[in-house]
Amino acid sequence: MPKDSGIGASSKRREDVRFLTGTGQYTDDINIHGQAHVYFLRSDVAHGKINSIDTSAASAMPGVVRIFTGADFEGVGGLPCGWQVTDRFGEVMKEPAHPVLAQGKVRHVGDPICAVVAETLEQARDAAEAIELDITELPAVVDMKKALQAGSAKVHDDLADNLCYDWGFVEENKAAVDEAIKNAAHVTTLELVNNRLVANPMEPRVAVGDYNRANDESTLYTTSQNPHVIRLLMGAFVLGIPEHKLRVVAPDVGGGFGTKIFHYAEEAFCTFAARQINRAVKWTASRSEAFMSDAHGRDHVTKIELALDADNNFTAVRTETYANMGAYLSTFAPSVPTWLHGTLMAGNYRTPLIYVNVKAVFTNTVPVDAYRGAGRPEATFQLERVIDKAARELGVDPIALRRQNFITQFPYATPVAVEYDTGDYEATMAKLEEIADLSGFEARRKASEAKGKLRGLGVNCYIEACGIAPSNLVGQLGARAGLYDAATVRVNATGSISVMVGAHSHGQGHETAFPQVVAEMLGIDESMIDIVHGDSSKIPFGMGTYGSRSIAVCGSAMVRATEKIINKAKKIASHLLEASEADIELKNGQFSVKGTDKSCAWGDVTLAAYVPHNYPLEDIEPGLEETAFYDPANFTYPSGAYACEVEVDPETGKVTVERFSAADDFGNVINPMIVTGQVHGGIGQGIGQALLENCAYDENGQLLSASYMDYAMPRASDVPFYAVDHSCQTPCTHNPLGVKGCGEAGAIGSPPAVVNAVIDALHSGGHTNVTHIDMPVSPSRVWAAMNS
Amino acid sequence: MNLADSKVIAADRETVWQALLSADVLKDCVPGCTEMSGSPADGFEATVVQKVGPVKATFKGAVTLSDIVEGQSLTLSGEGKGGAAGFAKGGAKVTLSDHEDGTLLEYDVEAKVGGKLAQLGSRIIDGFAKKMADQFFENFRGAVEGPSDQTAETAEGDGEKKGWFKKIIG
Repeated sequence: MPKDSGIGASSKRREDVRFLTGTGQYTDDINIHGQAHVYFLRSDVAHGKINSIDTSAASAMPGVVRIFTGADFEGVGGLPCGWQVTDRFGEVMKEPAHPVLAQGKVRHVGDPICAVVAETLEQARDAAEAIELDITELPAVVDMKKALQAGSAKVHDDLADNLCYDWGFVEENKAAVDEAIKNAAHVTTLELVNNRLVANPMEPRVAVGDYNRANDESTLYTTSQNPHVIRLLMGAFVLGIPEHKLRVVAPDVGGGFGTKIFHYAEEAFCTFAARQINRAVKWTASRSEAFMSDAHGRDHVTKIELALDADNNFTAVRTETYANMGAYLSTFAPSVPTWLHGTLMAGNYRTPLIYVNVKAVFTNTVPVDAYRGAGRPEATFQLERVIDKAARELGVDPIALRRQNFITQFPYATPVAVEYDTGDYEATMAKLEEIADLSGFEARRKASEAKGKLRGLGVNCYIEACGIAPSNLVGQLGARAGLYDAATVRVNATGSISVMVGAHSHGQGHETAFPQVVAEMLGIDESMIDIVHGDSSKIPFGMGTYGSRSIAVCGSAMVRATEKIINKAKKIASHLLEASEADIELKNGQFSVKGTDKSCAWGDVTLAAYVPHNYPLEDIEPGLEETAFYDPANFTYPSGAYACEVEVDPETGKVTVERFSAADDFGNVINPMIVTGQVHGGIGQGIGQALLENCAYDENGQLLSASYMDYAMPRASDVPFYAVDHSCQTPCTHNPLGVKGCGEAGAIGSPPAVVNAVIDALHSGGHTNVTHIDMPVSPSRVWAAMNS
Repeated sequence: MNLADSKVIAADRETVWQALLSADVLKDCVPGCTEMSGSPADGFEATVVQKVGPVKATFKGAVTLSDIVEGQSLTLSGEGKGGAAGFAKGGAKVTLSDHEDGTLLEYDVEAKVGGKLAQLGSRIIDGFAKKMADQFFENFRGAVEGPSDQTAETAEGDGEKKGWFKKIIG
């Protein structure tokens, strides 16, 4: 029987009332009296030496308030990187300066050179046209492998070469892995590209910097997934503003997908410039600017080898990956190809020996950082593709090969440093077979063939590490921040509740799901509870939302704070009911004395806390407000099995996704409807990556796909109706809610299923020489593969 | 992108060569060129108005002649900055040789674009560059040969247009 409130209920998303009626309050909706507008003049060459910048004519243009260049930021900090990776040889990564406005050189198309602040955006734009730039174009570094060759042009002149780091994991296992591969009965090798993507949230990035001279306080309104992280990075490392003088607000945010985690130059600029000119400064990215200034995602080039013994047991995995960092290190860029990628190379399988090598490379392209899944989709894609290829080479059923190698005992310590606390991969695979109707596939294939189409089935598993992350562990791995979270539960006098949470909701439905948890714990109506998020002046602290961490980490903090509330409320109730505290029970919003009919209501207790006329003032303070910080003991490990069926038109190479099924294990689920929506969105983005999306540069570092004419986003007609199930639940063992997180799963699990299905379709049509097609699997690539 | 093509021009090599070195000819031949000044030795300053796909812009830039082998070959290079539209660069290696119908002009064109032009127009840039090059050398042939009878007729409404060569020789 489905519940109609509390944990497990599909409560309707209350935030949708404003999102669907156009009454959301986004950063661009914020206008401050007297604000000026900034237009950034950006580099149109990928690599160049700045000889001179002449702003004299532009400064005299109508409406211009001030024009800033890199020189204005000398003495101001650069944009910091939040993660330091140590390489195979014990050396720390190369960490070049990342100025707010270019200094000396431009290093990618879109690199900001000048910022024109004017009364209106149009005036700022016009003035930018009058700036005379003298830039000598330099040879651009674009291809990662060429970038590492001797004699290559250098993105950063002060570094020896374009290598950021050469990471080996686990380095001590390298010799054993090499040996196992040498002695294997069978080795399957696959070389592939994980295509560069642009996140493309519906709302582009916006920043409004404000300054109040009266109290020397700066406020930044920004499209961020983590306002406290921005306050920390920008205040401490870039502008030198202490926390109590810097407020960061991220109001309604229209999608993030990772690209709004990072601290960007435009945020620092608007905050800095507002102090300089004593006026608010506003910037709203155009879509073209978003393409060349939002951190991109993925962009790995990988070779993976899977070794098997004579009985088809996996014995070793060895990978070599080139990971594109772009021109500068974005906030968390170094962690993505390393700790969020290498640690997942065991997948769902008992592979005893694993070695991952990652070379991170600087190129004259937009910086690359986390995008939905961040490292884990790259790990899943290569592993699940190479397993599929191995099954074909060995002539065994790909599902059976996976099943044979599943991890079945938990907890399971992988050879890549993480310990899966719980899971049941057989259960999700069995559920997948049911919801995807795999037994009916052959009949559907025949029906497709009767229409002249090739039909393929692709299946894969995935595991991810979510609930990011135990602070002591990530500190050892190079994180320069803790990754706990915090919540304050403020119970008001009449019993209504405001919960201030460090997580930030930008589409995830926190405003609905978080109150469900508190309502369940207190036995009161969800409508009595609101969450407050996104404002550093209103919430205690918070590391924000990414890595499917909100409910697992911040939700746990909220549970701990609510437990403190319950403990205190019971003390008040025991006083009101003249009973022993140990005998007080809280059920359905009523405090009662065990074994009696004496009770008082939630509202009686909360009122007593704020009107303490009859109150144990000698024992406890008045008021009812508690804060908790929660630092997770481990990552959480959602897992699942996905199936995709495609039709390929042999005449044109066009691939259509006919069916897509997802069986996930997210542990306990707070709101099944929201979880289903998260999975839908993730699969949509995964299909987008697999079939459509590609961020392309030419050999001169010119960005070629910078509008929706050339960057193909998935549309409703590109995806089928999904069959989604999350009834397989092995609750997380180390957080109080038993939750694992669901935000990224769809984007992690879906690309290999699509490509596996395309290869299966081509094989069914006799194209057995086709072993791999790189994403996006576009009609031209499929057609070329069929005709190769 | 690179493309190569050739044209036969009904004029002797010396005439064709002189035309290649003329600012007036270049101005008439560069599609969309509104201004051109300068000399072969110092290079030319040019203003060109062009629409590439969705982007229309005024490009200001320089055209230079290099690798000059008198009467035989030269390289025409141009670089135009279109402000917010980005930039375009191009070069054409032009080689002349004798031909039974006059002079064979062979050209090897290279074109590059950057900024907004690349971001929004990359799909069409190859076709655009080919069209520009074809037009340029077709205009050039027309300028050297003068209008054919057919084009003269169609151009009548605009007043009779004479080719550069015919203007000089009367």
